[in-house]
Amino acid sequence: MKMPRGGARFVIGFLALPVLLYVVFVIAPYLQAFYLAFTDWRGVSSTPRFSGFDNFTRLLADPTFWAAVGHHVILLLALPLITLAIALFFAFLLNMGAGTKGVRGSKFYQAVFFFPQVLAVAVIGVLFQAVYRPDKGGVLNGLLDLVGIAPIGWLTQPRLALWSLIAVLVWQAVGFYVVLFAAGMANIPKEVVEAAELDGCSRSRMFFQVTLPLLWDTVQVAWVYLGIAAFDGFALVATLSVDRGGPDGSTTVLPLEIWRTAFTYSKFGYASAMGVALFVLSLTFAVLTLRVTRRERIEY
Amino acid sequence: MSAALPQNPSRRSVLKGIGMAALAAGPLSACAFGSSDTPATGGATGEKSTTNPFGVVANAPLEVVIFKGGLGDAYATEVHEPLYKKAFPQAEIKHVPTQQIAQTLQPRFAGGNVPDMIANSGSDMMDNGALQGEGQLLDLTALYDAPAIGGSGSVRDSLLPGSVEAGFIAGKPYMMKYIYTVYGLWYDSALFAKNSWAPPTTFAEFDTLLGKIKAAGIAPYAYAGKNAAYYQYWMIAVTAAQIGGNQVLIDMDNLKEGVWTSDPVRQAAEAWASIGKKYLDPSFEGLTHTEVQTSQNQGKVGFYPSGSWLENEQKEQTPAGFQYALAPTPSVGSSDKLPYGAVRAAAGESYIVPSKAKNSAGGLEYLRVMLSKEGARGFTEKTGIITVVKGAADGLKLSPGTQSSNEALKKAGDNIITYNLFEDWYKEFETDLRSKTNALMFGRSSAEQFCKDVQAKADAIKADSSITKQSRTS
Repeated sequence: MKMPRGGARFVIGFLALPVLLYVVFVIAPYLQAFYLAFTDWRGVSSTPRFSGFDNFTRLLADPTFWAAVGHHVILLLALPLITLAIALFFAFLLNMGAGTKGVRGSKFYQAVFFFPQVLAVAVIGVLFQAVYRPDKGGVLNGLLDLVGIAPIGWLTQPRLALWSLIAVLVWQAVGFYVVLFAAGMANIPKEVVEAAELDGCSRSRMFFQVTLPLLWDTVQVAWVYLGIAAFDGFALVATLSVDRGGPDGSTTVLPLEIWRTAFTYSKFGYASAMGVALFVLSLTFAVLTLRVTRRERIEY
Repeated sequence: MSAALPQNPSRRSVLKGIGMAALAAGPLSACAFGSSDTPATGGATGEKSTTNPFGVVANAPLEVVIFKGGLGDAYATEVHEPLYKKAFPQAEIKHVPTQQIAQTLQPRFAGGNVPDMIANSGSDMMDNGALQGEGQLLDLTALYDAPAIGGSGSVRDSLLPGSVEAGFIAGKPYMMKYIYTVYGLWYDSALFAKNSWAPPTTFAEFDTLLGKIKAAGIAPYAYAGKNAAYYQYWMIAVTAAQIGGNQVLIDMDNLKEGVWTSDPVRQAAEAWASIGKKYLDPSFEGLTHTEVQTSQNQGKVGFYPSGSWLENEQKEQTPAGFQYALAPTPSVGSSDKLPYGAVRAAAGESYIVPSKAKNSAGGLEYLRVMLSKEGARGFTEKTGIITVVKGAADGLKLSPGTQSSNEALKKAGDNIITYNLFEDWYKEFETDLRSKTNALMFGRSSAEQFCKDVQAKADAIKADSSITKQSRTS
């Protein structure tokens, strides 16, 4: 397509500012982090010293780093699986629960599910501090107390803590994916659904053999989004967990360790090396997911 | 103060910090460490005299950064800054209150545009050891050798023992430690008097008393595992020093081989672990210091380990009848090196002058004003906390808690247990120790395991060539 006269100038005019911002605040810091990863910079001098691959060999032998990576693996499996399962289920009920329509009041439910998405992460942190409070003053433990169950240390038991945090992440994410899938389902042609219905297709068969295949592109995108979210978790871990990443380091994640290594230990070089590792991990994940889940696109 | 206000970082504040680092970098070609490196001149100086020993230029502006935490910042705006202004009426004072010292100042250090005096405190304080290692801090020897304002003799002579040494890094004073803090077990003396409970002198008595408190339906002992586990390792360290003498703490700071697995530390860990096992409710691991302190104010917690800032920090929440009082940590056995009544008392709260400050002479003078009798007295009036300046608070009407800690200090006499400097020196070790302390106190780790694990971390720090080592002799 040929661009109209002055079109290039028009496009550049619109793009210049966002691209500049992106370069200054995203690309440039990334490049700097790669550079710093090879130094022993402690954050205060004006001349970082090169230390070669020191930071990286150190990283490979750092148990805290591997613990954090282990938690990301758990997050990477649990977060997308649980979130997508719940979101697909809700979206299906809301949009195709009654054949080509959703259940009664589906618009209302959709809005309600979306609420958590509107809240800032900090608000969610504060909210769940109250929900998970380990004594009888907590929302959950208060309810348990009513039926005579002793308070549970949602965030203080090392085996439970990470799962409690995953529950919060899922709670927050589901609404968004319900809306995303609802939009995807609205695009599924009515004729296909009606034809399946006439053939006596059951609800569950409809879901697995009609809806899901036609929604595959959306699911794939959702999986990548959630996978990338699984590499974060900083704000929730920092506000909710015992001693930031505890108990006994059972909830720590890489962004938290990077933050701590840089701003608490003043090892900016080493923290940058962790950042580079995180960058490589998330990029690998995104590429792999897109490759592995690539399928023949169904035209309709 | 580092102890008083641990905060959760919000993701935004962190991002802001990083963003500011990028902004400080200015043009794209420059990087986060600033483009030009102005030589460390320490700023311009004027004529020196006995009233102006550092040669402050009378009209040079002064920038003061105050950590606005448990102490507030009225002591600076209403006491020290006016005093400075009185001496140098032409000087413009820029007052910067913040709770996020590192996020605010780290980019400025990297960029070479630093303030003249910093109250480096709070959970987001900058690593003093790292700053000193990079030559960013001014040696304060001149300050302590200068004549004291309104007194005879030098500033050094006007201070309580150990105050100057508390600010040592690499054998020289780089930090001015200002407040004198007494540590111990805090309780409500009104509540205790009503139940005729007396502070215990031995761990056996402690055990019995905690049992009685528990029977009365009150959580007998508590600390906040979520963000103030260090309150608890202080108690373990203090008990270890009681058993084996203050040398144990010096050895800890010097990363001496086997100090954490030595008998005094192991016995202290055992004594506290058994208290944890019997009397510490598991829910406290998930609560913050504010939550636990509020519970104590509501009469739901017996003893709470902390320092003497506690009363001031809780001022708003404390009900009228509540009387803060301090009990020294109980003795473990009759063979303890230090008698019952020994307390940890230390100069704390770091005030620093950057070596590359534009008006570093003014920064030093500001510290001298703080250390004058008048400045220190005003500080105590504003915050209720005593300073390192000898006798500055004499005759002031003190609150029950301050009164109680003063009395404990008098009774202790020479039996003073010092601070753990590894908290300033080796943040990485300190962070790990918090987590290990929670594991010990909440029953996930035995005393033996605790000692072994902590020693292993200390050894790892010692072997890590990227960490600058410090040492102390007293």
